[in-house]
Amino acid sequence: MKILFFASLREQLNTEEEQWKELNGALTAGDVLSQLQKRGEPWTSSLNAERLLVSVNQEISNLRTKITVDDELAFFPPVTGG
Amino acid sequence: MPTKLGSIRIQKADFSIDEEYQRLRAAHPSQNGAICTFSGLVREFGDKEGVTGMFLEHYPGMTEHSLQLIIDQAAVRWILNDVVVIHRVGQLSLSDQIVFVGVSSAHRADAFAACEFIMDYLKTDAPFWKKECHDEGDEWVEAKESDLSRTKKWS
Repeated sequence: MKILFFASLREQLNTEEEQWKELNGALTAGDVLSQLQKRGEPWTSSLNAERLLVSVNQEISNLRTKITVDDELAFFPPVTGG
Repeated sequence: MPTKLGSIRIQKADFSIDEEYQRLRAAHPSQNGAICTFSGLVREFGDKEGVTGMFLEHYPGMTEHSLQLIIDQAAVRWILNDVVVIHRVGQLSLSDQIVFVGVSSAHRADAFAACEFIMDYLKTDAPFWKKECHDEGDEWVEAKESDLSRTKKWS
């Protein structure tokens, strides 16, 4: 599974992308988020943001969205283009 | 499957409104009764005053996908001949062009409404992020409640 981070989140985590070979028991996007938050700082605080958005395979999703090891997840703050 | 309406370009380079307008005009020479264009620019006052420039980031792939969904929705609501959406990314300076939306239609009401609809949804649904540059440092722009309420008015 590919996990991407964008904008302020990318900067806070100093990570734009990581690859997971296995899901370590994660069934949903929320499970992945929980595993990331358990890494300690800055992951815990940065991923606790009230308005964190998640996409699965490039579609806006939510934390209950089911995932597989072939999916592409992304976490990012609310969008501000235009 | 029929070809999807509209063209989407995400680019670092600037664009020419005249070229885009002439392309829209030439594409459906006998059916166009109206072309509505919008452009968004980098201004000096954003979340804070004293903006000197802007950095724009996006999510390649998802950006194009989400913009196509917005154009598809517009094409269901109004009768459109063509749509062009251009959004720049990377480092921009004060007064630079950021975004262009052009819509051609038989009628002005459809062109006006679709152009505004596409722009409103682009602001809330397309994965772009702006970082404002100031003399004292750079700051990511906060999402605006007013943008969300503009989008909600279409539903």
